[in-house]
Amino acid sequence: MRYAETGFNLEVDLTRGNIERVATDPRDTELYLGGLGTNAKILWDRVPPETDPFSPDNLLIFSAGLLCGTPATGCNRTIVSTISPQTLLMAFSMMGGFWAPELKYAGYDKVILRGKSPNLVYLWINNDKVEIRDASHLKGKGAVETAELIRHELKEPKAQVAAIGLAGENRVYFASIEQGRSSASRQGIGAVMGDKGLKAIVVRGTKDVNVAKPAEYMELCNEVLKYIKFRNENPIPGVMPILAGLGSPQEMKVHDEKWHTENFMWGNSRVRRKDFWNDEIARQWAETLDTMRTRLISCYNCPMTCGATISPPGLPTYMMKCFSKLTYTMAAFSDLEFGLGIAQSATEYGVDGFSTPQVMAFALELYENGILTDDDFPGMPADNEGRFRWLLDRIVRREGIGDVLANGTYWAARQIGKGAEEYAHNNIKKHEQLPLKLSMLNPIYFLMYSTGEKINITQIEGQFPQAPFFTVEEREDFVRDWFQVPDDKFKQILLDWEPRGEKSMPYYPTVQMCCDIVDWQERMHYIDDALGMCSGLSSFPLKPPYHIHNYPKFISAGAGIDMDEDKLTQATKRYRTLVRANNIRRGMRRKDEAPPQNHWKKRFPDLEKELLDTYYKFKGWNEQGIPTKESLHELGLDYVAEDFESRGIYSETENPSSEILAEAKNN
Amino acid sequence: MAEKKKKIVKTIKVDVDKCNGCRACEVACSAFHSAPKYSGNNPARSRIRVIREPLRDIYIPVYAGEYASAECMGRDKYVIDGKEYEECAFCRASCPSRDIFKEPDSGLPLKCDMCQDDPTLEKPLCVQWCLADALTYEEREEEVEEDVKLEDVEIGLESMIDKYGWEKVMDTVSRISASKKG
Repeated sequence: MRYAETGFNLEVDLTRGNIERVATDPRDTELYLGGLGTNAKILWDRVPPETDPFSPDNLLIFSAGLLCGTPATGCNRTIVSTISPQTLLMAFSMMGGFWAPELKYAGYDKVILRGKSPNLVYLWINNDKVEIRDASHLKGKGAVETAELIRHELKEPKAQVAAIGLAGENRVYFASIEQGRSSASRQGIGAVMGDKGLKAIVVRGTKDVNVAKPAEYMELCNEVLKYIKFRNENPIPGVMPILAGLGSPQEMKVHDEKWHTENFMWGNSRVRRKDFWNDEIARQWAETLDTMRTRLISCYNCPMTCGATISPPGLPTYMMKCFSKLTYTMAAFSDLEFGLGIAQSATEYGVDGFSTPQVMAFALELYENGILTDDDFPGMPADNEGRFRWLLDRIVRREGIGDVLANGTYWAARQIGKGAEEYAHNNIKKHEQLPLKLSMLNPIYFLMYSTGEKINITQIEGQFPQAPFFTVEEREDFVRDWFQVPDDKFKQILLDWEPRGEKSMPYYPTVQMCCDIVDWQERMHYIDDALGMCSGLSSFPLKPPYHIHNYPKFISAGAGIDMDEDKLTQATKRYRTLVRANNIRRGMRRKDEAPPQNHWKKRFPDLEKELLDTYYKFKGWNEQGIPTKESLHELGLDYVAEDFESRGIYSETENPSSEILAEAKNN
Repeated sequence: MAEKKKKIVKTIKVDVDKCNGCRACEVACSAFHSAPKYSGNNPARSRIRVIREPLRDIYIPVYAGEYASAECMGRDKYVIDGKEYEECAFCRASCPSRDIFKEPDSGLPLKCDMCQDDPTLEKPLCVQWCLADALTYEEREEEVEEDVKLEDVEIGLESMIDKYGWEKVMDTVSRISASKKG
């Protein structure tokens, strides 16, 4: 008997319309856990590096995490993996909501899609009955609208729907997959879904998910709930309010946006407005949020209410999460009313709330600087808000300049030429980043920005305070009940860390300490992504309820896999390395591993080189960031080493395949 | 005269305004009622279900009540604070008109038992797991008339007699009792 997981995947060939239920190998669960881990293995085995993201041979995998569907609070994430049309690397965007547990209750751990349907279709999974249905009547419909229409036509109000909007259908490189109150937005996975002719995956399940040691597992869950209550009642003192509690940053609750609006960049991530926030704006924005926000809402089995139902006047209701509250507002130099309004269209169209506003601000910057002209924007309104709405409509339809912009700032700049590349300045690995520009290099963040393969800072940071505490007392207070650390040395680092002087940034924490800190932070995110846990209760906040000490117990009692901290660390390292292996095979090298050039004003090239050299070595990667034969052997990944050998990856790295793909795209 | 007696009434107060729609109550319920306890998880077996329509801001946790062999002839609608609700949204019955409160495999009706257990739980598990405080457990003492049931029978019979006449009711009663004995 399989515990926590169902032991079955759904294999769907959209070209032939073939559907199979395939038993999985329990040994793979031991080695790669589930979710992201087993997704990385499947992509490695079945998607060779020559595969174009829009080839029928590219796979699109929807996976529930290993512990989804069990009572573990907040364990509800769907991990969607494929090859990204934007980065040309392995994408693993994720979403919360209600979809993954429902898939488990229907009897599957993953849905693996290959091929392309000639007509627009949707997949209807109802326990053992799975069918591909015509979706031609849903063409062009919004993602939220689609979910409602499907539930209605199937007469299944409790079915969970993951759908794309117009952007996905038109293969916009930053198209999202929307579901419930959540979405898998990053790296253009919605475009791959659209390319496959798949409008939605609809799931309804009424079967059991079993755990191996019931009483023990429930006790662990109860401890977590108790600790969540404790943390809700005891926010961490001395840090910014959004870092003091659990959950995703509680953007739907807060009215005071002084910190974001004055520290994050406006427009195309360039302008800082240091005195923006005042009483009048505070009053207006509070009124906007209070009028439009109907309710604070949660994902499946989670008390954190990180989302909200938003009803902008005259527009349909939608559900919003986190920082998309401000991304449109700030990119357009506008106000909250505009931001919450345009986010309604953006949710229906199904686009990423980080990349989209930035792409539009980028276009307008090119226009202001004469690189794009009136001819590129026929009929565009004169006001900024109107321009953003106009551009959004063009992009999701791929009309005119929208067709170029729909490829994201990196590819659009190359297509436009005339120096446009200078304006696509906020990317890592061709992917738009949070609009942040800071003064002095932070060595921990340097490593995270450079080497993170989720290519999103929020998906690697967490656990360790972002800045030192000013007084010794504050530090001592903080470490007193900091039991989440994997080793007490992290407490000492924090105790010694000063805001200025000898033990301050950028030379303290030392290079080796930075490696340890980043490795811990990244490890926790990777564990979450295999188990399906929301980082908001685990890897992202300070002092979370899930940590390296209770996770092995959850896996043992839940999935019945004998687990301890070392074994879990090793398994995580194994599939983390496999993610990198997929990307190395697709041509990613050291030169791709850098933060945006202008992220920090004060840079330290020698230190940065030392950081990257040391971190690579620490991770078992060579100076190009390629996992060495020895480290692969130690992880039982000899098959990766053999592949690297046969491709000549160890001997020459001059013409990696992603470069070839990039060239092909350009011509 | 009926004798008055004291009785503990167990209540779960449902504050629909506080519900965040997370369904933790369903998770806790299905785990508690699986055998062995906590071994299985399946909200479809839960004896509490959140009636959710997020886009209309409708979130109603409903507990499974009595089994009803037939569905209602008419369905009323309620408008509360401008939101329209189907009557079924508040109904606790396990009935043929919907798929909730039935075991998914057998179709047998489910009913909330307030997590009856030995030793008794301090509160039903769904209440313990609702950190949104939408569910609150309350016990109150009520004075009830012991033979209230008898009165019900009397009222019922009288209305039957009014409707069908004394003789017809007597005939029917004797026929039923004969067939039950037979």
